[in-house]
Amino acid sequence: MNNNKESIRVHRVVPYRTQALFVKVFFHLLAYVIGAIWLIPFLGLLMTSVRPFGEVANLGWWNLSEFTPSLANYIDAWFHTSYPIMQGMYNSLIVALPATAVPIVLGSAAAYGFARFHFPLKNVVFTLTVVLMALPAQMIAIPLFQTMEATGLLDTFISVIIVHTAWGMPWIMFFMRNFFDQLPKNVEESAVIQGASQLTILLRIVVPMSVAALISAAVLQFLWVWSDFFFPLIFLFSSEKLVAVQRLPLLKGTHLVDWGLLSAGTVIVVSVPILIFAFLQRYYVRGMVGWTLR
Amino acid sequence: MYSRKYATAAAFILPALILIFAIDLYPAIRTLILSLYTPEGVFDPVANWGAVLSDRKMLNFRSWEPPYGAIIHNLIWIVIHLPTTVILGLLLAVLFRRVKGKAVVQSIIFIGMVIPMVVGGLIMSFMFDRSIGVVGIAARLFGTPAQNPLRYPDTAIYALAFGSVWLWTGFSLILHSAALSTIPQDYYDQARVDGASAPRMFFQITIPLLASITRVVIVMTVIWELKIFGIVFAATGGGPGNATNVLALQMYDYAFRQFNFNYGAVVTTILLIMVLIVSIPMVRRSISE
Repeated sequence: MNNNKESIRVHRVVPYRTQALFVKVFFHLLAYVIGAIWLIPFLGLLMTSVRPFGEVANLGWWNLSEFTPSLANYIDAWFHTSYPIMQGMYNSLIVALPATAVPIVLGSAAAYGFARFHFPLKNVVFTLTVVLMALPAQMIAIPLFQTMEATGLLDTFISVIIVHTAWGMPWIMFFMRNFFDQLPKNVEESAVIQGASQLTILLRIVVPMSVAALISAAVLQFLWVWSDFFFPLIFLFSSEKLVAVQRLPLLKGTHLVDWGLLSAGTVIVVSVPILIFAFLQRYYVRGMVGWTLR
Repeated sequence: MYSRKYATAAAFILPALILIFAIDLYPAIRTLILSLYTPEGVFDPVANWGAVLSDRKMLNFRSWEPPYGAIIHNLIWIVIHLPTTVILGLLLAVLFRRVKGKAVVQSIIFIGMVIPMVVGGLIMSFMFDRSIGVVGIAARLFGTPAQNPLRYPDTAIYALAFGSVWLWTGFSLILHSAALSTIPQDYYDQARVDGASAPRMFFQITIPLLASITRVVIVMTVIWELKIFGIVFAATGGGPGNATNVLALQMYDYAFRQFNFNYGAVVTTILLIMVLIVSIPMVRRSISE
């Protein structure tokens, strides 16, 4: 069978070799040109961020007849007098780390419960959480704003952390349950027979087998919280509390946009998701595909 | 015996469910109820919904020029952006299939999905900037005076919708590409032996076998187009003259600039209804499985 397939392939490739080569080269060039086109805006942003704005405004960022690279824009953005990006990065981390860790732990535990136990109304409850994944964030913002105001949590990091924890839960449960459903159960079953407690089974058997899936979920959740603009916009408003993404539109200013400052700030804020994507891409894509396609 | 088993299950599940109920479900229900009352606190759904739907920021049919109102702007966004990104992503996935270094090219195109939407909006206003943007270069190359399309009501919404193609094509590309790799090469080899042309193979093998993925991409993309917020907030703030106003922005405007929670609740309920209509097929699929 295998042999047969090989012979078909050889048979078909030979007569078209030159034509195929031409097509192949053309497709490769086209692909690289498209990739380059996609890079242009980032390249422009990067070029603008490392040059004095006067130089860029007069000649354009693509013009290199005058080129004085400097980190002045980055220093200005990092230590900005009204909206320092440094503080924003710090705040974003304070929000994003717990808002990733807590929902991953609670959401995975719930997913495990749904995957391994049977109880009344299980499917109804699970379906309801899946439906909640479609909920727009705007749908919960008004009552939560009122609640946070009443409890004095408005303009605290805790408010955003709580909201993101609950907001990430449905898809983490959905994603992790699909994963647990695929895990073989026999190891856990034999552990039960040997008298291991549920907690031991979870920590010694299930968690070690789930590391990759947990990383995928954590990467997506962290990036979502880091990038989210809507919840912080509503719950955080003191200038020293603003998270990183909130500060960027404020750097834009009101009259003339200082693109040097703004592009440097943008590059700093965006470097976190891009670095995570670059180094954990495998997990990111697996999470993305698993989350949407199961 | 049974009660102990339920207790273990509850210990796993309840913390998550309590949070979901308290922070997701209950507030959503309260928003629905809020939308039925007028800002004066009178139960009058017709008056409250009527006031919002007759606001020209929501729907505006006074003229054939933008602003048409937030609902229509979201729909324009879908009409322009949805077919463009979905088809472009599919075509690129096929094009990249046997390209060396395709992982790098795909990652570059996917970056738009990884960066915050606010940054996407800022980059768009950067690209469209008259003096320093890419659009400026292109205009100068063709010898026409450069103009920033985001500054004019009749072009702004279209410029944003097209610009977001750059941001979101990566999603369609990555999912289609992942699905393509599951189609056995044999199918194509066999078709080639039978004398099928490349376009014929594309339409009769690739497209049908990718249909279920394409459906997912379409649903997810429409949901994002309906919920679009950060891009518009950062790029135009809904302007000029409300010409790029969208539902999520209008909700923010009512609820957190005017502090009119009842009008805000109506807008977000409209948003929810539109999202639900789109996601019914997907939810039905996950229930049936």
